[in-house]
Amino acid sequence: MNNLQQKAQQLLESGNYGLIVGYEKGTSGKARPVFIRKAEHASKLIFDESCDQNIAVYLYRQEIKHDKKKVIVANHHTLKSIVELAAENQVFDGDFMVLAFAENGDIIELNTFKEIEKHVATLYHGLTEAEAAMMKKIEDMSLEDRWAFWENEFSKCIKCYACRASCPMCYCPTCTVEINQPQWISVPSHTLGNLEWHVMRAMHLAGRCVTCGQCGKACPLELPIQLLTYKVALDSKQFFDSVAGTSICADNALAIYKPEDHENFIR
Amino acid sequence: METNNTNSFEPKVVAFVCNWCTYAGADLTGTSRIKYATNVKIIRFPCTGRIDFMLLMKAFANGADGIIISGCHPNDCHYTSGNFHARRRWMIFRNLLDFIGMDVNRIVFSWVSAAEGAKWAEVVNESVDQFRQLGPATAYQKLIKNSEFQEVE
Amino acid sequence: MERKLLTKDSYRSLITKLIGQNYQVVAPVKKDTMIDFLKISSFDEITEDYIVTVSSAKTVAFPRNEKLFDYEKQNKKLTQQDYDFDSIPQSVLIGVRPCDAFGFHSLSSIFCWDSIDKIYTTRLERTTIIGLSCNKADDYCFCTSAKGSPGSTAGSDILLTKMTDGNYIVEIVTEKGAKLVADFSDLFTADGGADKESLLAKVAANFSVDDVLAKINSKFEDEAFWTEQAMRCIGCGACAYVCPTCACFDIQDESHGGKGHRVRCWDSCGLSLFTLHTSGHNPRENQGQRWRQRLMHKFSYMPDRLNTIGCVGCGRCSRACPVDMNIAEHCMSIIEN
Ligand code: SF4
Ligand code: SF4
Ligand code: SF4
Ligand code: SF4
Repeated sequence: MNNLQQKAQQLLESGNYGLIVGYEKGTSGKARPVFIRKAEHASKLIFDESCDQNIAVYLYRQEIKHDKKKVIVANHHTLKSIVELAAENQVFDGDFMVLAFAENGDIIELNTFKEIEKHVATLYHGLTEAEAAMMKKIEDMSLEDRWAFWENEFSKCIKCYACRASCPMCYCPTCTVEINQPQWISVPSHTLGNLEWHVMRAMHLAGRCVTCGQCGKACPLELPIQLLTYKVALDSKQFFDSVAGTSICADNALAIYKPEDHENFIR
Repeated sequence: METNNTNSFEPKVVAFVCNWCTYAGADLTGTSRIKYATNVKIIRFPCTGRIDFMLLMKAFANGADGIIISGCHPNDCHYTSGNFHARRRWMIFRNLLDFIGMDVNRIVFSWVSAAEGAKWAEVVNESVDQFRQLGPATAYQKLIKNSEFQEVE
Repeated sequence: MERKLLTKDSYRSLITKLIGQNYQVVAPVKKDTMIDFLKISSFDEITEDYIVTVSSAKTVAFPRNEKLFDYEKQNKKLTQQDYDFDSIPQSVLIGVRPCDAFGFHSLSSIFCWDSIDKIYTTRLERTTIIGLSCNKADDYCFCTSAKGSPGSTAGSDILLTKMTDGNYIVEIVTEKGAKLVADFSDLFTADGGADKESLLAKVAANFSVDDVLAKINSKFEDEAFWTEQAMRCIGCGACAYVCPTCACFDIQDESHGGKGHRVRCWDSCGLSLFTLHTSGHNPRENQGQRWRQRLMHKFSYMPDRLNTIGCVGCGRCSRACPVDMNIAEHCMSIIEN
């Protein structure tokens, strides 16, 4: 048993905690979310490089939302999302404990939002090199090529909404795509409607996206849609110095303003 | 870039304006008998803060070649801060459109107060010229046709 | 079953001729990062480097968007342009894995249940399915547990099995298949008698779908079981949209001004809105109930009412699932619990 499994076992045996949300080994060496309720199942838990999925989405899941004896095993994506969800009042202080990891692999227990926020401050916020390279590749294209690139990508989207379902920040009980009076977003998955759907989603994530990439990882057709929300995230930082997932009390970038906000395109 | 037919082409333009400043300003343009381009369909909103980006997307989806958005100058908003909020949204939105390869020159943003009848005429005329230069929004029209399940090309 | 041989060069000629004769040829194509069924215009676009395509072959008969008719209102007068059946092309679908081909059986049982869906059936009638046996499989495949096999001919009009020399064993399964072979008879030569079985992928049968069928009804009332089974499921449409047997659809009108059209597009029982009533009541209010519906539909309702199973063991849903809901594992837990 490794230290995570031991820790989980202790927590469950103590009776103070009744549920551990973490990762287990899934099909073909993939990691997947798991829900452990019994101490004897603690040995299923894993935590390694394969565990890069953001699982913060489960914290507000109907079935366990009000369970105050839960623990979540959090990677850095999940941690940032917890901070952002806290800022948006979607999760509540004291409703769960977080098990995070120090660089040397030691388990860190985080019990309050303040502690989580402090720990998250020590993490890297920004795109990985590979992600930054993808952004640059697109930004360096001519306008026509960019359009062609996205037109091709959007044409593949089947509107399964796996991206939305796996994004912790897409928690609206009724999404704009579900509004049909008027019908803002087409239900059929044609390129125009798909473009509107992804522009809409990106706009609604401005200042809120923690750049975890989960939406892109979830897409069965492998659309790199995370780049759209990365774009609004990078712009929110550049224009408004707002980085989602860093502060438990920050206001959303598009919900506030400064009189001195500077643009160069309004006549 | 579309350059053909720029002379005969008359762009379809939608203007989203706020009730308190630009709409009143446009009224003044009329009562002052200043002549300006007639391509524009004006849609009046209570405030620029109410002009959701989806409305702009819908204008393009319904065949607009260009869009003008206009409201009160900063600090003049009838509701104090609607235009400040709108400005932030446009900053993000405009860059996002650029990122997906839309020509952001198809959207013109301006502050036109109730007293600036002449500025409104100028904004409209220059925007229409700019849109005429850009030509029809063919890239978008292709998507519209495709969304209607018409054969494309 | 009649067998023939098709050399790799003849295969190329066959596809090239079909394209030349204006057949719509749909084949697995590598596009960007994925391999999926796409219309091709040259033999070279085809790839055989896949276990299964991301989306299923069902798109040929049940595309993700299908325009049903156009309408236009002018001066209070409504005109309607009906579905143009002539627009449905003669198609040849190639590279279809046996699981996918068998999926049409389940799909047809739904579309031809009480009333016949003319669009679906016409599309399928005008499609000749050239299957391709599997020579490799992955951890998601479980056709052998679901009454299929890597070399099953069921559902294909012709089944090809690739030999080590790159040529193909041809099995002529249906009359439609026989007609295609007859039309291009000069390309097909006499069967060399190669052993097909040895060329096929090995897929272990870890359970029997009959046991799932026998057990699942007794699990219906066990809410706790379904809640726990579906804890991971985040309720998207990915699994249903890629599934070769999922047939649920939505009907939508899209109009601009007085003009518009009605479209049929995919829908999924995994989405929370699927059963939401106008009153606000949702009879399947949690994901456990939705997941139960998905499995009950496949392993109880379809066998009971349509005499077919709703799962062919292709494993697509599990590959597409963002949280690795592996349906074979879920079948096994139904048997075990
Ligand atoms: S997950 Fe992919 S296919 Fe599904 S809606 Fe999102 S972008 Fe489209
Ligand atoms: S990267 Fe995608 S999944 Fe992650 S927070 Fe941003 S929008 Fe949500
Ligand atoms: S339920 Fe899954 S494994 Fe079964 S046929 Fe559908 S996609 Fe394939
Ligand atoms: S099983 Fe997976 S693909 Fe299907 S609805 Fe649940 S999360 Fe989505």
